[in-house]
Amino acid sequence: MKRRFPLMLVLIFGILGIVPYFVPHGGYQNFDNALRNDFIRILSAFAIILGLVSLMKVHHDKIKRQRENWQYSYVLIIGFVVTGLIGLFGGIEGELFLPTRIAGFAFDIQTLYLNIIVPLGSTMFALLAFFMASASYRAFRARSLESTLLLSAAFVIMIGLLPLANNISEHLPSFAQWIMDIPNVAAKRGITFGIALGAIATSLKIILGIERSWLGGKE
Amino acid sequence: MFCFLLTSIFALSPPTGVEAHDTPNDGGNSITVEWTLSADDAQIEGYEVYRSEEGSDYELVGFVGPGRTSYEDETEDGKEYTYKIATLQNAEKAYSEPSEPARSKSQWFDAGSLNLLIGVIVFCLIILYFINQARKGKKLYIRKISGLDAVEDAVGRATEMGRPILYSMGIGLVDYIATIASFNILGEIAKKTGQYETSLIVPTSDPVVYTVAREIVKESYATIGRPDLFDADKVYFVTDSQFAYAAAVDGVMLRERPAANFFIGYFKAESLIMAETGASTGAIQIAGTDQITQLPFFVTACDFTLIGEELYAASAYISKEPLLMGAIKGEDLGKVVIFGVLAIASLIGLLTKFPVLSIFR
Repeated sequence: MKRRFPLMLVLIFGILGIVPYFVPHGGYQNFDNALRNDFIRILSAFAIILGLVSLMKVHHDKIKRQRENWQYSYVLIIGFVVTGLIGLFGGIEGELFLPTRIAGFAFDIQTLYLNIIVPLGSTMFALLAFFMASASYRAFRARSLESTLLLSAAFVIMIGLLPLANNISEHLPSFAQWIMDIPNVAAKRGITFGIALGAIATSLKIILGIERSWLGGKE
Repeated sequence: MFCFLLTSIFALSPPTGVEAHDTPNDGGNSITVEWTLSADDAQIEGYEVYRSEEGSDYELVGFVGPGRTSYEDETEDGKEYTYKIATLQNAEKAYSEPSEPARSKSQWFDAGSLNLLIGVIVFCLIILYFINQARKGKKLYIRKISGLDAVEDAVGRATEMGRPILYSMGIGLVDYIATIASFNILGEIAKKTGQYETSLIVPTSDPVVYTVAREIVKESYATIGRPDLFDADKVYFVTDSQFAYAAAVDGVMLRERPAANFFIGYFKAESLIMAETGASTGAIQIAGTDQITQLPFFVTACDFTLIGEELYAASAYISKEPLLMGAIKGEDLGKVVIFGVLAIASLIGLLTKFPVLSIFR
């Protein structure tokens, strides 16, 4: 029963998930929306408590055992507590009990988000440029026929997109565009077909209970 | 008399044949109005759509440009509506005859998706046929997938080096199909790490994904008879912020120095940040995603990449479970059918270019 019950739930909810693609009726679509949005929201609310407990436990453990870089765990825990307090008592835009502004600093989640989360995210995103350069260096080394073809195609596309491409040859921009539109799109479509069929097959296997790896495998 | 003739010659022509009907294959609350273009279509500013609800006065509900012959109106199901279309030019209007009354209603089946439904049913039948063949004990050949063959080596290497294995599912939510495929692979990898008694670290970016991943790892250890190996602190929630998650996973890779990194699931721009950091630590890296834009990054920075459907075939391939292998065989035949149909359609399309073969047109 321990295994059969989740499998039955997957079968029922799997079929309920397929039906709205073929049944446009308003009543059923409303039911589907409630199932997807409201139900998932309720589940997420419980899951987020478990997630936060896990996060705190891991960092508490790190501080306790003084593992490598354990000091940063204090930053996380302090950040968590401060953000939680500001969220609870300051609100999203300072509409709750905390004084809205002290010495120019607004006590609300929006301020924290715009002044801390966004710049930190942008910093990480900016690192992508350097990672891209090092990855390109590795990818474009002509070690085999495939990597030589990749290097040549990349070279043609990069040059073809430059304003000076027309000065080299009037056919270069259109050739670069042809590479993007024909061989590139053909390969993408091939992969997309495979993904779509793989997704259907995976769904079918899970709905019918053939795939049980998510339950730890066969009994 | 002369003025009347002039007015008749230069008068604006209204559209004709106005018809209103319930918009097909929808959830209701919509009527489609169609008409034949005005004779003055080339000169006019456009068409105004007027509606009368249950016999009331006509009121303006929409406007479309010249050349358009239909308008989809938002309505209330069950009520009766009639429509008039006016040609508009320099504030001058010419009204059509009113349409027949129409009512909107919800449909229980989307006939426009019938071909999709048939395709899905046929594809599912093919898969079920091969699963049945596998159940009967028929040996099915599956091509070699290097990335999946390397899983055993990766786990073995980590065991020999005494280092952990990192498994990242990316930033997908629990209902993303790539995350679901990743759950299946996690189950198999957890079993292998359990057999080798190697530590498995699973940082997650979504609380629901975390809860499911934790249960999968726990169940997998229990399935191989080693529930004692499960360490709740190794499967944990980090954050749902994309780049904060990438930073956290990078930190794990640099501190814990895993011998093998798995990036399997739904990834966006953080894919390269994580894969490049992993590559710099010298770990063997196996990635898999259904995000086409991220595949080049993984191909570049990882040792093995599961491309497209290989991601969905992975759990079957690793577990060697005959029924699951049957499903992969079914997928392959499905692809053959689709590519066959595409090839025939392309050929027919090509033949229409030749005047002598106009029969194909």
